[in-house]
Amino acid sequence: MKPNSVAIVGASETTELGKVPTMSQVQLHADAALNAIADAGLELGDIDGIATGGHNAVEIAHYLGIVPEWLDGTSVGGCSFMLLVRHAAAAINEGLCTTVLITHGESGRSGLGRHGSSIFPSLFQQQFERPYGVTRPPTMFTIPVLRYMKQYALTEETLAMVAVVQREWAGLNPRASFRDPITVDDVLNSRMICYPFRLLMCCLVTDGGGALVLTRSDRARDLRRPPVYIRGTGESGETPLISQMDDFTSSAAFRVAGARAFSSAGICHDDVDHLMIYDAFAHLPIYGLEDLGFVGRGEAGPFIAEGHTRPGGSLPLNTNGGGLSYMHSGMYGMYALQEGVRQMRGEAPAQVEDAEISVVHGVGGMFGASGTIVMTNVA
Amino acid sequence: MPQGERELPRPTPETSHFWEGTRCGELRLQRCDACGTVYFPPRHFCPKCGSTHVSVFRASGRATLHSYVISHLPAPGFEPPYAIAVALLEEGPKMMCNIFDCEQTPEALVLDMPLEVCFETINDEITLPQFRPAREA
Repeated sequence: MKPNSVAIVGASETTELGKVPTMSQVQLHADAALNAIADAGLELGDIDGIATGGHNAVEIAHYLGIVPEWLDGTSVGGCSFMLLVRHAAAAINEGLCTTVLITHGESGRSGLGRHGSSIFPSLFQQQFERPYGVTRPPTMFTIPVLRYMKQYALTEETLAMVAVVQREWAGLNPRASFRDPITVDDVLNSRMICYPFRLLMCCLVTDGGGALVLTRSDRARDLRRPPVYIRGTGESGETPLISQMDDFTSSAAFRVAGARAFSSAGICHDDVDHLMIYDAFAHLPIYGLEDLGFVGRGEAGPFIAEGHTRPGGSLPLNTNGGGLSYMHSGMYGMYALQEGVRQMRGEAPAQVEDAEISVVHGVGGMFGASGTIVMTNVA
Repeated sequence: MPQGERELPRPTPETSHFWEGTRCGELRLQRCDACGTVYFPPRHFCPKCGSTHVSVFRASGRATLHSYVISHLPAPGFEPPYAIAVALLEEGPKMMCNIFDCEQTPEALVLDMPLEVCFETINDEITLPQFRPAREA
């Protein structure tokens, strides 16, 4: 990966987010795609590369009337879009295509035109986990947390603070699903979903989509919007089985993807102005802050509780409100990337002043895979 | 919303020895003859060194409670709230399980408490390994 050689030149979410009973899943892809292409000042005919996760990339190409020269359908969960940005940058650098469209659409709430229930099937999960009553993500993603809580004396109150702080950011964002302030007591009194996780520690389930357009940086400078450069990238995967995660207090996939993104970007932690960490559940920003190396082991809970990641803090984190309060269709990674782009363009609802470097970190499956993108508005 | 029957394992060639073991009341693991690594889930080679010289052996059945959640969500074949746990086996590997013969509460389910394997017979083909609090030795 050559830093800053490829840029995001178009970015948009679907026209509507939340409850969109008027659109099927592929329609959400297309709505976001058309918005992003228009944002770039391009036309459908300019797109020669198509990438998507969680949906057949050929169906997206066909639906949009594009016969592409490059396709990528990497589907490793919600961080697929971080991996697709990385793969697209490599493909553009290699000359396999010139202009890539990455789409996401998910009818997570309304379930219109969704694929089957398991889009990331695993042989071993079928035999060695599903018989024990794991069903939806709250019954799996949460399993390592009691081990972390014991090892680092993380309290339920501190875990609840993650949701409280993110709601503060959501309050600044008119498009966020939930904007009313909440307290630690609100979180701890909300309905028990999967001990120790209560409702307000779990992400939303919504409809929506998003799309990105990428091209070479030298071409990007002639386009409509200020380029957001891809400065560094990383990806990894550990296991499709939460029970087989090597260390229940730390994700190997996070560590590998994050370290590679930072080294390829040539940045250190102090350079980071804005951070997104995919938050399907309240513990993810805690694991992410530690595995990316922003704080030491066991320090992330207190770091968040002390206010360092809240509006006005030293490390603005999940500034759209996150999957906990903004939106979460199922594969949230695209929305984290969109917020990174908005921050780098200087047009986010909760804009971080003078932000030049944004790190967007995603998870796929239940700590299964990971992708990290370092963006910048400085060529 | 989960519907229908509880999902049961569909054994495959590399896991058949495991499910044969549980049918006769044995928890079977694999050990690499080359590097000594004990591993799970079953494979025909060692995921540490790649050797195909591996042996099946009977595990002690002793474990500790490594982590868990107590699910309040509906699931076919389960009555919420129920614990979904991960046992850390004495031999090293981790294994998902439910906890039998124990209140499904945070007070009763204490991390690192000793567990022992037990078996839940589902039908003629499938017996699941499960764990319960270890009885006094």
